[in-house]
Amino acid sequence: MSAVLVLVLAIPALGAVVAAALPARADRAGRVVGTLAAALTFGISVPLAVRTEPAGSGARGIHPWQQLDVAWVPGLDLRFHLGVDGISYPLVVLTTLLTLLCCGYTLWSVPGAGRGRLLTALLLVIEVGILGTFLALDLVLFFVFFEVVLLPMYAVIAVWGGDRRRHAARKFVLYTLFGSVLLLVGVFTVVSTTGTADLVRLTAEGGSGLARGTQLAAFILFAVAFAVKSPLWPLHTWLPDAHTEAPTVGSVVLAGVLLKMGTYGLIRVAIGVAPYGAQRAAPVLGILAVAAILVGSLVCLAQVELKRLIAYSSVGHMGFVVLGIATLTATGLQAALIGNIAHGIITGLLFFLAGAVKDRTHTGALGELGGLRETAPALAGVLGFAAIASLGLPGLAGFWGEAFAVVASLRLNSPLWTVLGVLAALGGAVTAAYFLRLLRRVTHGPASPAVATIRPRLAPAELMSWAPLIVLALVVGLLPATVVSMAARPVAAVVSGSR
Amino acid sequence: MVQSVDHVALLPAYLAAGTAVLVFLVDLLVARRGAVLAAAALGVLATAAGAFWLRRQPDRQTFCVAGDACSYVVTDRAALLAVLFALLTLGVLAFSAPLLRSRAVPAGEYCFLLAASMTGGVVLGFAGDLITLIVALETLTVPLYILVGLRRQALQSAEGAVTFFVVSVVATAVALLGAALLYALTGAVHLGRLAAALTADNDRLRSLPLTATAVVLVLVGLAFKVAAVPLHAWAPAAYDGAPVPVAAYLSTASKLGGVVAILYVAVGALRPWLDVAGPALALLAVLTMTVGNLMALRQRRMVRLLAWSSVAQAGYILAPLGAFAVSPGRTTDALTVAVAATVAYTVFYVVLELGAFGAVVALRPADADGGSLTDYRGAAYRSPWVAGAFVLALVGLAGLPPGLAGLFAKVVVVRSLLGGGAGWLAVAVALNAVIGLAYYVRASVALFGPPGPAGRARVAWPVAAALGAVTLVALVVGFAPQLILDAAAR
Repeated sequence: MSAVLVLVLAIPALGAVVAAALPARADRAGRVVGTLAAALTFGISVPLAVRTEPAGSGARGIHPWQQLDVAWVPGLDLRFHLGVDGISYPLVVLTTLLTLLCCGYTLWSVPGAGRGRLLTALLLVIEVGILGTFLALDLVLFFVFFEVVLLPMYAVIAVWGGDRRRHAARKFVLYTLFGSVLLLVGVFTVVSTTGTADLVRLTAEGGSGLARGTQLAAFILFAVAFAVKSPLWPLHTWLPDAHTEAPTVGSVVLAGVLLKMGTYGLIRVAIGVAPYGAQRAAPVLGILAVAAILVGSLVCLAQVELKRLIAYSSVGHMGFVVLGIATLTATGLQAALIGNIAHGIITGLLFFLAGAVKDRTHTGALGELGGLRETAPALAGVLGFAAIASLGLPGLAGFWGEAFAVVASLRLNSPLWTVLGVLAALGGAVTAAYFLRLLRRVTHGPASPAVATIRPRLAPAELMSWAPLIVLALVVGLLPATVVSMAARPVAAVVSGSR
Repeated sequence: MVQSVDHVALLPAYLAAGTAVLVFLVDLLVARRGAVLAAAALGVLATAAGAFWLRRQPDRQTFCVAGDACSYVVTDRAALLAVLFALLTLGVLAFSAPLLRSRAVPAGEYCFLLAASMTGGVVLGFAGDLITLIVALETLTVPLYILVGLRRQALQSAEGAVTFFVVSVVATAVALLGAALLYALTGAVHLGRLAAALTADNDRLRSLPLTATAVVLVLVGLAFKVAAVPLHAWAPAAYDGAPVPVAAYLSTASKLGGVVAILYVAVGALRPWLDVAGPALALLAVLTMTVGNLMALRQRRMVRLLAWSSVAQAGYILAPLGAFAVSPGRTTDALTVAVAATVAYTVFYVVLELGAFGAVVALRPADADGGSLTDYRGAAYRSPWVAGAFVLALVGLAGLPPGLAGLFAKVVVVRSLLGGGAGWLAVAVALNAVIGLAYYVRASVALFGPPGPAGRARVAWPVAAALGAVTLVALVVGFAPQLILDAAAR
């Protein structure tokens, strides 16, 4: 059964190679091959939920449902150790689903620069990197996969992006590399002190092999590395540029799953390996998270560009996720996990919709949009749904993560965390304000010249890519237990001993 | 007293020197380019085979005095280095084929000088005393003065050669002065005896400021060969003026020679003085990587960019030895790890660098220099495979996937530094990797620019074959870095 873990990585890799190797005249064939590979990957990622390993005792540590452990480079303490559990499984499925949707979308529409087969191939390589990061149970392997996504994402932005794509792509790659080199230093700080890179063992030991100072240093290195990726204020400035310039599918993957590598890393690696460091640094992390929420939502209130607004809203949403993590409680971590998934679904959908609006009107300026519901009621309807889901209406996916992050923070019963919880809740209110402002500017009012002449029909490919996300936003919103129940035991096993 | 000489041990040296003579004779008697090149390639292959065979034999030594101190020591690692030097020369010869065909340089002289230089490299690994070491290193370097300036009617070439020559002579003088001072202080030239003398006479030598001066002088002089700061300024001028294959040789074989020399001296002879040598090496490493990276950011010409990048890479190569600056880095275990890390990083680097220069050769007209970055516009559409190899090499040098070889190279260095307790050096290496990415990406992006007027050029088969082989090696060691790590740990 553990062969599935390898296949989940091998199929997209193979698909990418085939798609890229096809000649230019077989461009469509390349995209079809890529999409098939993505579909196959999604298909085999779902049954990863089957447990083949013995059930964990509930003691501190990681108790994977399935795992695979073979030596790769003993000289670097690098083992090819993969596994999946309740924390990583939802993210894995989200990744394979979003990649499939993006590949399918590329089948229908290729951004201006053409060569869609290469775009599909790069999306698949990014998928390999992200899946590898979520599945890795070896610190060094985690780092290797963490690095894999950098250059393909750079290429996606730099080749298929908007007018200022070069600048945005360079900013993205340099910022995120800065994060990952710190991760490298952190990883080997831990590995050279404890002599093992096995995440299962390191998490089970709960940092007992590390001196307190080393733990704090390691946690800070990890936290900065993951904060760049998440991104956490004040290390977020690469994100708005990258999102604004990236092609639609690039933005979807970036917001939908790439950012989750940061928050997942915080839970699995930073808290797992250095719990004492996490305890010491948690207040700082919480303050930064709340700052991210407030800054993100205030900036959004003043944004005049559609994609930039959604990008900054990501900063705020990820702030809630980090706040949940920073509480170091089971409730908070659960909130973070469901917030991760919800943000991936909703913001993925929002970027698809922003792409659809920009494709039709050729502008993203809020001032030039307006009255979308007059000319394209279906598109306006879906946009309204996504925006309301994103602002956290109860009953839709966005609600649970944000509400419970605040609850977890208030429950800690300390003055600092109470203040943080209240401020975060205020930020949530501002979130509602700016999304309503967005809807008022884009969908309501008289149709602006740019909107008046647009094609109202939604293409089947668009519906196909959006429908699963719309359904999931409802399902996760109405039945949060689908995600939460899966993560309950693994989260408890991480938290025990952290606080 | 008649010394018995073990001629079997000398086999690689004989073969290498024989290659030079053979090339010379073939050029004299046959006087055809093809024949000269074939003779050179054959000789180099024979050298590699001889050294490889010697590796399988039990360890030998020769030119010994008083039994235990030998000037020529055959070890596993030394034989492996000889093989590596021969293979690098073979690669450079293959890259030189179009250059020789274009008659921009005289074939006979070119091949002879390259073979002569290789002889120095082959002997270097076997050196057991300071004199053999420095003579081997000079044999490696002296032919390069001429090779750098060999391009007919190129002023740049002559400038590069003169800069190289002047800096090199100064560096050699500095290294020799250091070696002479060490001899004056200890009466020993053999690496092992020097270490013993430095240990035995520690108290007296510690009180003499001259000893520390000698240690630093030797290291700084040798650092020239790897183009480390402060003796780095020759590299961009020499690389850019030289024919591109010679630049490839300078940045791979010649740099490997420097690394070997520094390792032998620092670890073999100066081991009791690592507390002095360590900080010097750490300082050299940090300065070298930072200066190299910052200067590379500003370059507009491809070979100059690669030259500065290779300066920066020299900093990464020296970095593991910088761990000697802290006391946990001087234990026997940490020492072994640091040396293995240096060797492994060098091998990864040499493979990637040879690939990058090979791609430059393949993308440029036969008699041209490296050109500016804009000359490479559209290369990705004209020759996608060569451009692919180039990007792989550049990304590898930056240390990112898909250039896994480069990624693992960086991992090796950071791991050894953190293992040796030199966390700040690891952070310096990590931050420099970020600066480095900026210009490696710029060079890679240049290939994808809008196509220029140049049409699709045919790549000569020796170049294509060599580039293919190097890229394949880079891919293989990327997925199986343990091969290199094992070889380096011997």
